[in-house]
Amino acid sequence: MKLLASLLLCLFVSVAWAAEGDTPKLDIGKGGQCVRDPQWMRKNHMHLLMHQRDETVRKGNRIEQDGLKNCVECHASLSDNSVIARDDSFCVGCHRYAAVKIDCFECHASKRRTALVMKDGK
Amino acid sequence: MSDLNTQRRQFLKTSLGAAAVAIAPGMLLFDTAHGKAEAGSSKVRWGMLIDTAQCKDGCNDCVTACNKENGLSGGTAATDSQWIRKIELKDIRSGRELSLPMMCQHCEEPPCVDVCPTAASFKRADGIVLVDRHRCIGCRYCMMACPYKARSFVHEPLQDQKPDVPRGKGTVESCTLCVHRLDKGQQNTACAEACKNKAILFGNLNDENSEIAQKIRSVASVQVRADLQLNPGIRYQGL
Repeated sequence: MKLLASLLLCLFVSVAWAAEGDTPKLDIGKGGQCVRDPQWMRKNHMHLLMHQRDETVRKGNRIEQDGLKNCVECHASLSDNSVIARDDSFCVGCHRYAAVKIDCFECHASKRRTALVMKDGK
Repeated sequence: MSDLNTQRRQFLKTSLGAAAVAIAPGMLLFDTAHGKAEAGSSKVRWGMLIDTAQCKDGCNDCVTACNKENGLSGGTAATDSQWIRKIELKDIRSGRELSLPMMCQHCEEPPCVDVCPTAASFKRADGIVLVDRHRCIGCRYCMMACPYKARSFVHEPLQDQKPDVPRGKGTVESCTLCVHRLDKGQQNTACAEACKNKAILFGNLNDENSEIAQKIRSVASVQVRADLQLNPGIRYQGL
């Protein structure tokens, strides 16, 4: 019985440890929930963005809340105002973990708008 | 491929179920496929009237304002993006000289849209001709087709783009009539706003009461290369 318990304990601890060790620790910036709940967003943000990009570019329906600009505004790091600058930045951290390449920020601004305005002013 | 059906996937998904239950499937499918009304309304046709008499030789304010608004470098090398440029014209016989801004003419029948193999080059319902960079493969057919030499290709990676104006390497771009401003409800472009001499008048050509429509009715204006019958939205007065 003791053996079984210790075996189980080992198993759980290792599973918990592995989960903790593997998952990316993200700098979520201001964070919070503005579009949908976080679990839904983790799974579906790409569908929102894909829909939004066609609506915006081709039809001119600019739904500010669902746009990439708004995502960056909340989720950019509070220290460097970017979503891609460091390994634990909001977008990069998770995408590296999931091995999904993002090329949004080859065109789109990856920094918080306020940071860019300040840079312009200098 | 005049209009890209952005709802195509959704349509294909829903059409299976819809076809099973609908009594008049044709009607229902038509509605599903066409989705809701467009924000860039076809009641509007954005355009400009440029008064060449007011445009001063050597003044570059519109170009500077455009560069600042859209985050362009301002360089004029062959590989730099220029959305608007000042050109000098001289009538050899009379010696009359003119200096005027030239940019994307936002044609009603845009050749760039005709030749685009991926439907990245497109005309919005309100007459603005744009490049959808999500689809652009950088083939540059549109640059070849444009009689106004209005489009530029981005050759180098860019950093710190304006949040309102995404731009990137490997895509074609040109004047957007400050579409990000118009969609927010502003009624003027950066270049027209910056022009001290009020040489650029921007507005809705379809609205009879707008300043631009009234002026076009009362003064002589021309379209550049009117012989091509592209009906550009940009008109020049005194050319």
